[in-house]
Amino acid sequence: MTPSTGSTEELTQSGPPQTIEAVPVRHPGRWVGAAVVALIAASLIRSAIENPNFHWDVVGDYLFDHRILDGVVKTIELTILGMVIGIVLGVLLAVMRLSPNFLIRGASWFYIWVFRGTPLIVQILFWNFIAALYPSIDLGIPFGPSFIHLNANDFITLFLAGTLALGLNEGAYMAEIVRAGIISVEEGQTEASKALGMTRSQTLRYIVLPQAMRVIIPPTGNETISMLKNSSLVSVIALAELLYSAQLIYSQNFQQIPLLIVASIWYLAMTSVLSVGQFFLERHYGRGRSRDEPTSLFDQIRSGWSARHADPNRLIQRRDETGGR
Amino acid sequence: MADPIVRVEEIHKSFGSLEVLKGISMSVNQGEVFVLLGPSGSGKSTLLRTVNHLEKIDAGRIYVDGDLVGYRQQGEKLHELRDSEIVDSRAKIGMVFQHFNLFPHMTALENVALAPRIVLDRKGSEARRRATELLDRVGLADKTDEYPARLSGGQQQRVAIARALAMEPKVMLFDEVTSALDPELVKDVLDVMRELAKLGMTMLVVTHEIGFAREVANQVIFMDEGVIVEQGSPDQVIGNPKEERTKRFLGQVLEH
Repeated sequence: MTPSTGSTEELTQSGPPQTIEAVPVRHPGRWVGAAVVALIAASLIRSAIENPNFHWDVVGDYLFDHRILDGVVKTIELTILGMVIGIVLGVLLAVMRLSPNFLIRGASWFYIWVFRGTPLIVQILFWNFIAALYPSIDLGIPFGPSFIHLNANDFITLFLAGTLALGLNEGAYMAEIVRAGIISVEEGQTEASKALGMTRSQTLRYIVLPQAMRVIIPPTGNETISMLKNSSLVSVIALAELLYSAQLIYSQNFQQIPLLIVASIWYLAMTSVLSVGQFFLERHYGRGRSRDEPTSLFDQIRSGWSARHADPNRLIQRRDETGGR
Repeated sequence: MADPIVRVEEIHKSFGSLEVLKGISMSVNQGEVFVLLGPSGSGKSTLLRTVNHLEKIDAGRIYVDGDLVGYRQQGEKLHELRDSEIVDSRAKIGMVFQHFNLFPHMTALENVALAPRIVLDRKGSEARRRATELLDRVGLADKTDEYPARLSGGQQQRVAIARALAMEPKVMLFDEVTSALDPELVKDVLDVMRELAKLGMTMLVVTHEIGFAREVANQVIFMDEGVIVEQGSPDQVIGNPKEERTKRFLGQVLEH
């Protein structure tokens, strides 16, 4: 947009069907605010560069250290397994919660009550010490013969304890998310499926869950990001995920800050990747919901950019492109 | 004449303390178009929904194609049918709803092809071929790959009719299928229904379209407050109603 230099004369001369080129309203408060922000940012950056205690050289040395990389892999494994357990359990608990049977509904409610009502770190410790509670694990018919006998101390490894704690805890949260998703699907959808002769499970699988996904996916993405960060809590049971790997290193070289920065950089990198993945998942499950064609991530960034830099003509034009069919 | 396709015997239905069906009996023969008229709250939609067991009845019997709906009779005792058994009887009955209830996450084609594939175990390619034919029949050959959100109400309702027809039902239930449509879209849907009637489909239709009833119906029932007030040919019930309530209702509907 070219800045308007014209006077009122110029406006009246050039005839009626003309684009408005008004002087925009000034926002002095915003400019002051932006200046303050810029100043604070500059001083933070300067201190990050000049303060020797950051030890950026040490950060560089350890960023790709094999112990750190092993920790990253463990963190990813814990996150994936924890979420898989959490989602499967969540769907099961949500369906149970909607059951007409009181006992089944009650069991689901009780599970969620316990696992949401106690701190995750306590649950992690519980699973770590499970052998003290149940020295042996027998699989078989309740009150009947058992087929498999396991020594809890050997069977519940650190990794299994950590995975179980994260997954079982997540199940309680996912149950509420899935339930909200199922409830969000209109009654007419179930009715139409019934009228077509579908069974309850077919209706759930083909009609209700795919639509519930639209409601379930965004919070599940957030849960995955939380899970990635919460997996650092299993460092309390000395499981060498990312944080504990960093702790192991700084317990020897006493470079706490640089190693915590190393861990933070990896956490940030991983959560960023997850955010991008979430975008594509949301778009996939949102299909058929809007009259507009789905746009790519690139298009959205571009339109966000152009919306801010647009002149009014361009904006109107865009609306025509998308809405005019 | 052969046994009726739908036989309703003395059915009663209450929601809480409100009795909405107070002993309704009727029978619909093969190839008949049966129109239910009546003011809102008269119980006609509920009656329709009992036929495929979307609503349970409190008393009476409903038979579709000779089979008891929702129950199995052994001696004097009635046994509730399992989910999987009810499903079999529902597959014989097509239903179209006021608000279309298309599956929004599927294209028109997928909407039509899904149930034949998973309920009747048709092959995917076969189900899609048949779905394409049906969409063509309701005039939507060019919309097969559109999602419902991008179709007009009239187009959505025609997809819904194609979806019900895909199950090759013995009887079709239409529950106020034009009530949610803009006036200019009603005709397209009614045309599809006329066509179906001409092809000999047995139809049970709840509607406020008096003109359609008069033209297409073989039998008309006028219901009010849970009872059948008047029943007969369209010429009798619509053209020359005997009951005061029927006259008043028709007067109100035809006035505007």
